[in-house]
Amino acid sequence: MDKFSKVLSIAIPLDRANVDTDQIVPKQFLKLVQRTGFGKFLFYDWKFDQGGQQKPDFVLNNPKYSDSHILVTGENFGCGSSREHAVWALKDYGLDVIIAPSFADIFYNNCFKNGILPIRIPRNVIDELIHTMSKIEVDLEHQTVKYDSKIILFAIDEGRKKTLLEGLDDIAVTLQYQDEITLYEKSHAL
Amino acid sequence: MPQTLFEKVWNSHKVTEIDGRTLIYIDRHLVHEVTSPQAFDGLRLNKRKVRRPDLTFATMDHNVPTNNRSLPIVDQISAIQIKTLETNCKEFGIELFDLHSPYQGIVHVIGPELGITLPGTTIVCGDSHTSTHGAFGAFALGIGTSDVEHVLATQCLVMDKPKTFEIRVDGKRKHRHAITAKDIILSIIKRIGTAGGTGTVIEYRGEAISDLSMDERMTICNMSIEAGARAGLIAPDAKTFDYLKGRKYTPKNYDELVDFWKTDMVTDNGAKFDKVFTINASDIVPQVSWGTNPAMTSDVTDTVPHPSEYANGNKSEEDAAKKALEYMDLKPGTQITDIKIDRVFIGSCTNARLQDLIEAADVIHGRKASPNVRVMVVPGSQQVKKQAEEIGLDKIFQDANFEWRESGCSMCLGMNPDILSRGERCASTSNRNFEGRQGTGGRTHLVSPVMAAAAAIAGHFVDVREWL
Repeated sequence: MDKFSKVLSIAIPLDRANVDTDQIVPKQFLKLVQRTGFGKFLFYDWKFDQGGQQKPDFVLNNPKYSDSHILVTGENFGCGSSREHAVWALKDYGLDVIIAPSFADIFYNNCFKNGILPIRIPRNVIDELIHTMSKIEVDLEHQTVKYDSKIILFAIDEGRKKTLLEGLDDIAVTLQYQDEITLYEKSHAL
Repeated sequence: MPQTLFEKVWNSHKVTEIDGRTLIYIDRHLVHEVTSPQAFDGLRLNKRKVRRPDLTFATMDHNVPTNNRSLPIVDQISAIQIKTLETNCKEFGIELFDLHSPYQGIVHVIGPELGITLPGTTIVCGDSHTSTHGAFGAFALGIGTSDVEHVLATQCLVMDKPKTFEIRVDGKRKHRHAITAKDIILSIIKRIGTAGGTGTVIEYRGEAISDLSMDERMTICNMSIEAGARAGLIAPDAKTFDYLKGRKYTPKNYDELVDFWKTDMVTDNGAKFDKVFTINASDIVPQVSWGTNPAMTSDVTDTVPHPSEYANGNKSEEDAAKKALEYMDLKPGTQITDIKIDRVFIGSCTNARLQDLIEAADVIHGRKASPNVRVMVVPGSQQVKKQAEEIGLDKIFQDANFEWRESGCSMCLGMNPDILSRGERCASTSNRNFEGRQGTGGRTHLVSPVMAAAAAIAGHFVDVREWL
């Protein structure tokens, strides 16, 4: 996994609560056996109409946001299915940061496995981020979000922060504890 | 210090600490065709092995056709995914219940019926409804594909300890047949919301929970994820131990284990939960969802709510309800029982076990499905199908013009050919009414199997208490 660095970009505002992973990647695109190429399916049923034409009022179809690396959204983002395809689609689309008041647990965890930083920020700040026209700077090392000359601190677990900053392969990390795992297995056979 | 059941399972599975997080040992890993191919690829890429193939079990359920099994799979991409699972299981030495196995079925139906699921164990699967197995007192959770790979390689997961959440369902249901486990769990989600359980493991307790059969308890735990919880569990008791006795993979020293589970796999008196919610079973009536998440649910006796009334001052919930009603093509104030349906789906890991099918069949009483309604009954596994056929349920369903199909996830998520067409409205015993879940533009109403069967006959929702 690549090391996570600072992100500076305007944010895509998607002001909806409870955006579920069925919306992020509809099920008809879950049949691929690779991790790559899911970006074009991101929010597919919201982006395209029945005839496959872009719906002009959907925010991701606004060319203004085509180079954005940050998504700002509502409560409980990523709820529902555990499909990691949702995170692969967001990453493949070019998103590195998702800012929301809250996330669903499995989705939140999946982000860190794929170099996406999910940031929990209170609702009143989200309202400002959704309306700001300027670029937002996200600095993981200092745990800050800067916009319109304001600086907001965010909380993140130290272990997860390290994983992103160093781009760690967490399986390799766990495999350093093989002896402990073997010892556990000897005393807990079931 | 007194401990909750979850804390006991957690503590007994700690291997070590890594950077302030806990390495948890996983006793059973269930694998299916949709969320595993990339994990096996990752292993190959890094020249890693599956650490414990003997604790790993696979089946194909998500995109398998539910029509004639002797026919080839028409959807070539699905066929590749299914073939890929076969190849991966062979290469890594994992037991696979394939399309021709008598044990094939929805992964969360076959785990318990094969005795793979056991009290006090940790169970994972790349599927959010893994919470189902919590009905046996296991800590069972859904994980993403990267974690599937992590468990394959290490038989462990790195986790932060979730909080504990006690949900008490006191009292008794007023009508044992018409008011089901599905109505209990939908009532809970309606009250605590789709994020009400985020970051927690729920333990369901109380008289109405103890009263439930194992099939019913699985329905409750199954939908814990719809309240956002990491997992849901129920302390094992005599029903649990009877259920698991003599199953294919039930351990040989089972009686010994039962003695241990009986005394140890319970929440101690005086143990504290981080959060508590209580509901009385006698207040629960049959439920029907009207919106696009499972919390958007009403009593069958109610009307479709107005978004502002539903949201109670929460602006984003009000917007969500407005969008939901637009998508569902429903007007506030419409009686739930006036909503007409086009399709019925009786199936899924929530409601496709034998008891669900028996109860649905009991509603029929020699009547037929409404001519305007297409009805699919999809048993949860080949074993459920066989048991149902042994007691003649297939005939009862077919006589009523309900289609009797092969086992799989089917129209719960529409990855196989079983989908809704745009604009079709479905009474479904599944777990998610998200936009497009059962087919792009399809409209899903979540109900119990008895409510679904009654709606199939009437052509619209009915209060099934009047029928039973």
